[in-house]
Amino acid sequence: MADSVQLRINGRMIAVPGGTVLAAAIAAAGVTQFRRSVSGQPRTPVCGMGVCMECRVTINGQAQRRSCQTLCEPGMEVQTDE
Amino acid sequence: MNQSFDIVIVGAGIVGAACAAACARGGLKVLVLERGPIGGGTTAAGMGHIVVMDDSEAQFALTRYSRNLWQDLRPQLPDDVEFDACGTLWVAADEEEMAEVRRKEKFYSERGVRVEVLDGKGVAKAEPNLRPGLAGGLRVLGDAVLYPPCAARFFMEQAQRHGAEFRSGEVQALLPEGGVQLRDGTRLSAGRSVNAAGACSPALSPGLPVRKRKGHLVITDRYPGYVHHQIVELGYLKSAHSMTKDSVAFNIQPRKTGQMLVGSSRQFDAEDTGVDQQILDRMLRRAAEYLPSLGNLVATRVWTGHRPTTPDKLPLIGPSIESDRIWLATGHEGLGITTSTGTGQLLADLLLGKTSLIPAAPYAPARLAKGEAHHG
Amino acid sequence: MNSRAHEFEIVIVGAGPAGLAAACAAAENGKRVAVLDDTPWLGGQIWRGEQAQPAQPGAQKWIERFRRSGATLIDQTSVIASPRPGVLTAEHPSGGREIRFQKLILATGARELLLPFPGWMLPGVVAAGGLQVLAKHGWPVAGKKVVVAGTGPLLLAVADGLKKYGAHVVSTAEQAPLARVAGFGLKLLLAHPGKILQGLGIKSRLLGVPQRFGVWPVRAEGDRQVRSVTLTDGQKTWTEDCDLLACGFNLVPNVELPLALSCELCDGFVRVDKWQATSVENIYCAGEPTGIGGVDCALAEGRIAGLAAAGRKDEARQLFAGRARWHRFRAAMAETFALRPEVKTLAADDTIFCRCEDATFGRVKQFSNWRDAKLQTRCGMGACQGRTCGAAARVVLGFGMESVRPPVLPARILSLLTISSDSTTIAETKITGTNQTL
Repeated sequence: MADSVQLRINGRMIAVPGGTVLAAAIAAAGVTQFRRSVSGQPRTPVCGMGVCMECRVTINGQAQRRSCQTLCEPGMEVQTDE
Repeated sequence: MNQSFDIVIVGAGIVGAACAAACARGGLKVLVLERGPIGGGTTAAGMGHIVVMDDSEAQFALTRYSRNLWQDLRPQLPDDVEFDACGTLWVAADEEEMAEVRRKEKFYSERGVRVEVLDGKGVAKAEPNLRPGLAGGLRVLGDAVLYPPCAARFFMEQAQRHGAEFRSGEVQALLPEGGVQLRDGTRLSAGRSVNAAGACSPALSPGLPVRKRKGHLVITDRYPGYVHHQIVELGYLKSAHSMTKDSVAFNIQPRKTGQMLVGSSRQFDAEDTGVDQQILDRMLRRAAEYLPSLGNLVATRVWTGHRPTTPDKLPLIGPSIESDRIWLATGHEGLGITTSTGTGQLLADLLLGKTSLIPAAPYAPARLAKGEAHHG
Repeated sequence: MNSRAHEFEIVIVGAGPAGLAAACAAAENGKRVAVLDDTPWLGGQIWRGEQAQPAQPGAQKWIERFRRSGATLIDQTSVIASPRPGVLTAEHPSGGREIRFQKLILATGARELLLPFPGWMLPGVVAAGGLQVLAKHGWPVAGKKVVVAGTGPLLLAVADGLKKYGAHVVSTAEQAPLARVAGFGLKLLLAHPGKILQGLGIKSRLLGVPQRFGVWPVRAEGDRQVRSVTLTDGQKTWTEDCDLLACGFNLVPNVELPLALSCELCDGFVRVDKWQATSVENIYCAGEPTGIGGVDCALAEGRIAGLAAAGRKDEARQLFAGRARWHRFRAAMAETFALRPEVKTLAADDTIFCRCEDATFGRVKQFSNWRDAKLQTRCGMGACQGRTCGAAARVVLGFGMESVRPPVLPARILSLLTISSDSTTIAETKITGTNQTL
């Protein structure tokens, strides 16, 4: 795989191999809740292909972006509903 | 079987449903006929803004009366109606619009409606996502927002608890002797029929001066706290008043769900339901002038609806010009959600011969008889 | 860059097998071709680029062929709407796009069918193919106990894939009965021996993993995270511990864009003629949206669509027999993995039916059609636009799909604005391919 990429997830810097999908990086960082549902339930990605919208997180200040369709980029700032 | 009703209401939009609830509460034997879902037409397409308006004394009277009725209902409303007393913030871009803010403040205050004038700083503090440098605004405290389809269902259920009957069916004609004929030929007899078919009401009452006025809305994903009030530009009044041109105006509503409803547009002679890219573009650019970060919110749906509009911008409530057996409850333009409560109560009072809390004459269909204040 | 860059003779939506085959067929015949895809990679959800899928020789071959074909790839670009005939608007991370076409080929693929059951929304309950895909892209599964359940030919491939990434696959549960799956295997052996060999490769890696047929999940349990799944064969019921439950009930077609373009459906799939042409002039459709037939079926249909759109009907005609063979395979697959009635009734009244709006099954089932249910419970009104619960409602409640409203996929408001011809050009997008006219 390509070089490692550094990004910040919920304030913590982590390094992942280049080409890693953001959703996977978030899980690898030990995050157990990507978003909180309308009634407060914890949710994590389901479909893996950009359809179910359970993987939505805030990327570089933009809320409601699909982490499973986004590749990790250096310096990305990611925030989940924790 | 030839069952007889006091009234048969055609249309279970929020106006028809509220009429059914008020009439059934008043002891009338009510049948409601609807060809689609309850609250599935213009009701479902609208924003659900409960707002007191001051376009005319008659409009003010009906909207304030209706808003009071909504506030009375509040303890009974189920959660899914999502009633939220967020208030309205009318924003003024410049000094000319600030003069309008002060005129409105005077008008509302004199009539006992609670309002607050905000200066530029006050607006920025109340709604930090608005663009800097706005002149000020007027906060109307008792205004609210709700989710209209569930509100219509709430009225329908209330009507049913008081003995009203609901049937799915498409009405072909309102009969001069009272009652209706269905598409399949069935005749249902009733003392009177009520045309509450909203934007479709002229199809049942040929010649009715109700025109479709198309609107577009966009709903976003959830961004709780992005705005806190229903925010409307004062330029909205110019847009809503223009009876000829296509127009757009900035109007955003925070839903209790955290979603944002973004409007608004007004077009005559656009009977289709398709999204008009040009008007959508103008509408969203206008909104983004007021909320510079709006473009980054994710939109999940765009849709259109048709407001039933009358020449004098007041609804038609009461007996039709043609027949005392055929009544009307239609023509609410963009205020049908607000004025559904008042309309239902006025209609029931008229049918039952009771004195209403506000005069019903300004809304009487007879006002639009040939030769009278009729234009457009 | 001139404004012609926005215009192509043939535009293809979807860079999966059907889209790539269509693009190659059209571009190799001299047409100006562009392929739009939602993802940052070539190959769609099934191939997901050459790095992600080295074990698929077909993927490699087609991706290389596409690169040589002269077709242009416009990636990370989701189609939002078609504001007028011959025009698509789309969203790229850098902004809106407008793409004009003379002919359009829809190769929008499929997604997994997710059926609600108690506990299905717990973290750790993932779609079957979804977990495989996430694992491929770095999702941590090593050492995790995984139960793979549901139905479809992908199930064993998923179990196999997860094993390769170091997961401890506890068991697999296929709802279709063994006799039916075995019958399908036999037909496959007679018609397509290669497929069985692939299957045998999987089989050897799954030695020691209990593979059950005629077994389905009834509920998942855990607090904030799945800890166990309860399975049944209709007679007895038992519980297996797991850290992840990979559960999918085969595939449903992505017909939202075809619907938005007014293409007629037939039984939930896009209706096409022998040229893969839809009911709308100049719009073709190939692959899973016309029927769940797998990669080879998609390649055959894509190639025919590409040739037909490029005006090479004689060449396309020669591929009809091959396609017919895959259509028979498609029919056998549908029969084999048909859902048993029990899996359609797993949801309890308090089970979340719509994950976006948290509408429960008990509320949704009170209504007699999708539109009523949507209006009153908000199911299907959330961010996924009903892609998950709408497909489930069709299976579980028999609700028909209604028309699709723009945007076809959620998009930033900026992307809904009209593109003025000089403000944005596709030069800003990452362009792969060697189209000399760009």
